Amino acid sequence: MTVPAFLAAEASTSTSRTLTITLFLVFVAITLGITVWASRQTKTATDFYAGGRQFSGFQNGMAIGGDYMSAASFLGIAGLIALYGYDGFLYSIGFLVAWLVALLLVAEFLRNSGRYTMADVLAFRMRQRPVRTAASVSTIVVSVFYLIAQMVGAGALVSLLLGIKPDTTFLGMDAGTAKVATIILVGALMIVYVTVGGMKGTTYVQIVKAFMLMGGALIMTLMVLAHYKFNLSALLGDAAAQSGKGEKFLEPGGRYGVQVEGNALQTFYNKMDLLSLGLALVLGTAGLPHILTRFYTVPTSRIARKSVLWAIGIIGTFYLFTLALGFGAAALVGGANIQAQDKAGNTAAPQLAQQLGLDYLGGETGGAIMLAVIAAVAFATILAVVAGLTLASSSSLAHDFYASVIKRGKASEREEVGVARISALIIGAIAIALSIFAQNLNVAFLVALAFAVAASANLPAILYSLFWKRFNTAGALWSIYGGLISAVVLVFFSPVVSGTATAMFPNQDWQFFPLSNPGIISIPLGFFFGWLGTVVSKETDPKKYAELEVRSLTGHGAH
Amino acid sequence: MPASADRYLEVQRSEEFAELRHRLRRFIFPTTVAFILWYALYVLLSAYARDFMAIKLIGNINVALLLGVLQFVSTFLIAWYYARYAAKELDPRADAILHSVDETPAATSTDGSAQ
Repeated sequence: MTVPAFLAAEASTSTSRTLTITLFLVFVAITLGITVWASRQTKTATDFYAGGRQFSGFQNGMAIGGDYMSAASFLGIAGLIALYGYDGFLYSIGFLVAWLVALLLVAEFLRNSGRYTMADVLAFRMRQRPVRTAASVSTIVVSVFYLIAQMVGAGALVSLLLGIKPDTTFLGMDAGTAKVATIILVGALMIVYVTVGGMKGTTYVQIVKAFMLMGGALIMTLMVLAHYKFNLSALLGDAAAQSGKGEKFLEPGGRYGVQVEGNALQTFYNKMDLLSLGLALVLGTAGLPHILTRFYTVPTSRIARKSVLWAIGIIGTFYLFTLALGFGAAALVGGANIQAQDKAGNTAAPQLAQQLGLDYLGGETGGAIMLAVIAAVAFATILAVVAGLTLASSSSLAHDFYASVIKRGKASEREEVGVARISALIIGAIAIALSIFAQNLNVAFLVALAFAVAASANLPAILYSLFWKRFNTAGALWSIYGGLISAVVLVFFSPVVSGTATAMFPNQDWQFFPLSNPGIISIPLGFFFGWLGTVVSKETDPKKYAELEVRSLTGHGAH
Repeated sequence: MPASADRYLEVQRSEEFAELRHRLRRFIFPTTVAFILWYALYVLLSAYARDFMAIKLIGNINVALLLGVLQFVSTFLIAWYYARYAAKELDPRADAILHSVDETPAATSTDGSAQ
């Protein structure tokens, strides 16, 4: 990579590098302090898995925001808007509308009838061992895919944000070593947060991060808007002019559903891909295990409802900020400068921060400070999200697989929490190893895959479980494995894995499924398999359904 | 502690519970269908009606941007309206049933409160 324009001034680079590292260390010190404090309050399994169920609606709403607003949302969407204009916004709309599915169909019923994991609800009226095994597999697949994407992203970002270029060294490390070191550092910290602090510690880390992220985004949004005297039209006009794409920049079609002249088939595939992405985004959220476990951290289902309302407000506001950040970066930094730094546009937000500091906060130093603050916020974001993902998968491994499948429900609480801690260590170590191996591969599809699996495997099983009396063990297994396998297989044969220049394996070609997102096929398949598996099996249990229905609607016997 | 299995069946078959389920499903299912169709319309327009989406309304603000912001507005409104509906129509009914579950001889436990 060439010397990035925005880091060309050496003085600025080293000032902001020192500042970024300092701020990041402050964040780490504060969150480790919280984690140690939380560990002293963590005595029971409920404390470890569900943070003692003592969080308020606002606190949990912030923590949901913290879990959900990943680096992909903050840096990724701002970058997409900065480079492709309108289509980045389209992405955030799917991410937001998805919360209505969680609010109306899932959150309260899950809180009322479950205990620690998604499988508690799925296995409620089924044969425990097979259903918990299936739920555990899909929880771990979704979380680990998501985890690897975040950690590989972290490695790349940290070297970019610290200005470590292939030909320079940092603390004696070259760029490659620095990336690996970052992945290991992020992984080690997340293991500490989860094993020491459990859900209580992790939730506070999410809250602190959400405050930092909202604060940073708010300040930048206000600065961008002030620059254009709060005239939105002027901001959009300037962004379109600077993008070199003119008015097309403000219209859909820049990134998704691209019209290919003279190739009707490819155009058709591109548009189907857009619909597929839209479907996976809107139906995936309510099936993400690390989001579902957040509903258990509050005392009642009413407070779970309140926390989703807060989350919708916080996340919606944040995505409106990213609109200003993305278009602001396009207008004030310029697409060429952003792409010179990172082809995917992930550094648009930090670059905008530096530019705003340069213009409004006293030149070089101001720019360095703003860059450092936003870079530190980005690190905090990555760290908090990976901790949430690790917790969700280790909880499922311990509570569903170890305690119910291996020990057949005979493990003591203490033993179970011990296993959860060890699981976090193992999953964290595996994620670190896989991320180092995958660091030079294009892993962007892993997040889309995580959403597609969540929507195809988890959501059908959750909805059938809660609302369909006839649903049974076979139905649950068919929908989970059917949705999971169809999503994974379709992605494996898609253009993101092989057959194109940007694929994970660009020199191989076994691609035959034309879409990069499997949702439009795999989500209906997940629902179909769930139905088919149910009707071919004779098993029904009206009594257990009566219990589930009464408990989920009224909160009777809720944990 | 949960009540006995027969007691849950009794409650599930009661008129009060049928009423709660009816009012809940009457709201959440049609609303879900509505917002998914509204979102699908938006995505379909983004894919297939780009000339329409490109129409400028005020300055550089076009139909696409307005419809996108309206998705935010409708999400906020549905969330707010659901909270209101639930507090008025669902929560009192759920509470009444919750307290009644443990009030008959079929019950095995008196602890019906959420922790």
